[in-house]
Amino acid sequence: MPILPSGIVTVAYIGATILFILALRGLSDPETSRRGNLFGMIGMGIALVATIFGAVTENYALLIGATLVGATIGLILARRVQMTQMPELVASLHSLVGLAAVFVGFASFGDPESHFVGVEKTIHDIEIYLGILIGAITFSGSVIAFGKLSGKISGNPLILPARHWLNLGLLIATFWFGAQFVEQSAAGGGMMPLVIMTGIALLFGIHMVMAIGGADMPVVVSMLNSYSGWAASATGFMLGNDLLIVTGALVGSSGAILSYIMCRAMNRKFLAVIAGGFGTTSGSSAGGGEDQGEVAPIDASETAELLKNAREVMIIPGYGMAVAQAQHTVHEITKKLRSKGINVRFGIHPVAGRMPGHMNVLLAEAKVPYDIVFEMDEVNEDFPNVDVSVVIGANDIVNPSALTDPESPIAGMPVLECWKGDTTIVLKRSMATGYAGVQNPLFFLDNSRMLFGDAKETLDGVLAEL
Amino acid sequence: MKIGIPKEVHAGEKRVATTPDVAKQLQKLGFSVAIESGAGAAANFSDSAYSEAGVEVISDTRQLWADSDIILKVRGPQMHDVLGIDEQELLHKGQTLISFLWPAQNKEMLDSLAARGITAIAMDSIPRISRAQKLDALSSMANIAGYRAIVEAAQHFGRFFTGQITAAGKVPPAKVLVIGAGVAGLAAIGAAKSMGAIVRSFDTRPEVKEQVESMNADFLLLEFEEDGSGEGGYAKVMSEEFIAAEMALFAEQAKEVDIIVTTALIPGRPAPELITAEMVESMKPGSVIVDLAAEQGGNCALTEPGQVIVKHGVTLIGYTDLPSRLAAQSSQLYGTNLRHLLTDMCPEKNGKLVVDFEDEVVRGATVVKEGEISWPPPAPKLSAAPAPKPEPVAAPVEEETAPGVLGPLLIFSVGAAALVGLGAVAPPSFMAHFTVFVLACFIGYMVIWNVKPALHTPLMSVTNAISSIIIIGALLQVSSGETWIMWLSGVTILITSINIFGGFAVTRRMLEMFRR
Repeated sequence: MPILPSGIVTVAYIGATILFILALRGLSDPETSRRGNLFGMIGMGIALVATIFGAVTENYALLIGATLVGATIGLILARRVQMTQMPELVASLHSLVGLAAVFVGFASFGDPESHFVGVEKTIHDIEIYLGILIGAITFSGSVIAFGKLSGKISGNPLILPARHWLNLGLLIATFWFGAQFVEQSAAGGGMMPLVIMTGIALLFGIHMVMAIGGADMPVVVSMLNSYSGWAASATGFMLGNDLLIVTGALVGSSGAILSYIMCRAMNRKFLAVIAGGFGTTSGSSAGGGEDQGEVAPIDASETAELLKNAREVMIIPGYGMAVAQAQHTVHEITKKLRSKGINVRFGIHPVAGRMPGHMNVLLAEAKVPYDIVFEMDEVNEDFPNVDVSVVIGANDIVNPSALTDPESPIAGMPVLECWKGDTTIVLKRSMATGYAGVQNPLFFLDNSRMLFGDAKETLDGVLAEL
Repeated sequence: MKIGIPKEVHAGEKRVATTPDVAKQLQKLGFSVAIESGAGAAANFSDSAYSEAGVEVISDTRQLWADSDIILKVRGPQMHDVLGIDEQELLHKGQTLISFLWPAQNKEMLDSLAARGITAIAMDSIPRISRAQKLDALSSMANIAGYRAIVEAAQHFGRFFTGQITAAGKVPPAKVLVIGAGVAGLAAIGAAKSMGAIVRSFDTRPEVKEQVESMNADFLLLEFEEDGSGEGGYAKVMSEEFIAAEMALFAEQAKEVDIIVTTALIPGRPAPELITAEMVESMKPGSVIVDLAAEQGGNCALTEPGQVIVKHGVTLIGYTDLPSRLAAQSSQLYGTNLRHLLTDMCPEKNGKLVVDFEDEVVRGATVVKEGEISWPPPAPKLSAAPAPKPEPVAAPVEEETAPGVLGPLLIFSVGAAALVGLGAVAPPSFMAHFTVFVLACFIGYMVIWNVKPALHTPLMSVTNAISSIIIIGALLQVSSGETWIMWLSGVTILITSINIFGGFAVTRRMLEMFRR
């Protein structure tokens, strides 16, 4: 018999729910966030202890063993991961949630002690089916996202012919097997359609993420975050457990809001991102590439000179900074300039990097104080007063044609309007176009200077000159 | 090819077409450079400075003209007093002359240049497009003229520009009115402002209001709707009612301000008369008017071109050679403009000049090509003036969102119908869970919008850890009698613990880094 009565377990679950909500609420400010994280840990601890003492009756050895192994792996991962690898880590953790949802679903289906009848049986079956479906998509999608983010799979979108029809076909097949499953399950079977559906869902997840390109990754990662929440929620329905339902719903809506924010930051429709293949449908990827004039290159010492003589400096980091691991050099430069009384600030575009908030974490890692790191909306109006803007490895997020050229594939996307400042220095490896394949007129403006080369090396050069 | 720079012969002209710095860069393009002895002396560039820059100094004027393939000058060819002939006669077939030429005013000169079989490029005919800004010599000179206008005004004005409170009493700041906020006008505003004066400006083109205000000067608005923007960013002639309103404004301002700088010009026409004799009379004694349009007849009725006169106690400055009065600066800017032009016309950097009529800038500036008059050029494709384009940019976005009332309504009713359908068939236990689910979604929605964008990555890792609450499912099943379910649950517990511990630990690590 369980040690705790079910009433106590329910109370513990309510406590855990409240603590989880407080954990998310704490993230509204860096000061309260550490306490919020602690609330999350306590909530999780309470929920686990209550469940273990309230439900588990046997197999303690397996439970403890598995927990210890898992905890060790988790802690080692958390300690070793580089901040630039955060998107990969998050994606791989999502895949584990998805996999867990699939396993729990199958176990629940095979549970001989369940004794639902009639409508309740049907609903329970549908819940299992949905839980496994979402879990499987989350799992395979996250695995592919992990591969893309870590460079093990090419970041280019894979565009299969008739891919929309393929998706539609998979969707219809899922419905059909769902009906089959409920029917056969009522008769006592149903394992076959469930397994086939799992296979289809895995394929669907793979195909969906394969079709999405590198810079859309923030949307994908937050979408998978959302899915992992919905999977937990579906499992909660399946088990009739309110804690799972609530937690899953919190996580699900969190991921959904993040996806929405990311899509808005790119002025794209969520469905358009998920349907994938950006730049191929609009057809005019070379648009605006003709006679733009010439770019004015600059070298490290001239850059240092410009920075020294500035009063207001804005640094705009992009994915290129993460790739070159230049954040520490950026911080050294920032410190030097600030000690000279120059107001250095950072302007972060919501989709800079490969994950929501990616740049903030990198800058925090380099010990850049967070109160000089600003969001796009906070600084965009200040650009006319900025003397020098430094764009590090970013392209589309500083493209003026998003505002001026209604034909541009990125038209309407909000961008950091650095060209309104006195001078813009753009660090870039070459004149290649950004992810959207759009030429950037910023580079050809009279007040723009190009600093070519690896961001880390060139910035080291600038630092030496300061 | 060899570039020759003769000494300017116009009386009082101090500028020179090339400085030693520019000459060095011209040599990098593959040209050899020669200068007439003493050409830079008036602008404080000595012959030895040129020699050090690798320039050949030639004292014989005729030899310089004869040997050079390209002649760079400031003023167009005119009577050479020492030699007693017109400079045009020194030109020979195949040569290229680059200088200010004003082809519209000098048709005869154009004919005679063509007759000599030369190529002539007029620096005043560079089209006003963005790409050509770096070789726009008119803007360079206008900038200098505007600055110098304030310096001249200060010279003749009996008081401080800036206001001061001194032990000996209070000094009011000077009030400056700048009419016409083009390049010269803006330069004048900047100079007057930095000396501490109160500056106002007026222009018929409303789009310059922003530029004036960006320099902390006041823009005088007329209660009158008319846009004075003409082609190529210049002003055009206004209607009679507008001019009447404008004159009333000036009459009122004249009584109040201490210094008036007028820069109003309309291309191809005499300068408009903006300051009448009565207005001058109404000004305070000791006031100063600088008329930058003096050469084209003057914006002030009483101005005498090239002279400084005092009428009704007001000093009227009508200098027509303001850039030349800042000779070193204007030579340097003009020389740089010329260098940019030569850089564009010498794409191979091999010292060969290419007159490419495909190039809009070169086409516009070339008034005679190998003995054939090529002026006026066909109309340029682009204008530097901000054409009324910005509006269509916003339009398509609006259209997309406009038919949005039906959409949400439809979604709402479909959602409501689905919920009612669900409620009709589902058992009460399910509906209880469903209530919890919907409420939790709303709580999530409310809470997450408050999260700082900077913390989005920690948010994802912490939600990831929390969503591993799915471990409870495995815990409920681990005591199952079925062996496969037990082991499956064991594996699930393992992977979710990775997630719980890893997720919380990495979130903690990240949040520790967020420091002020």
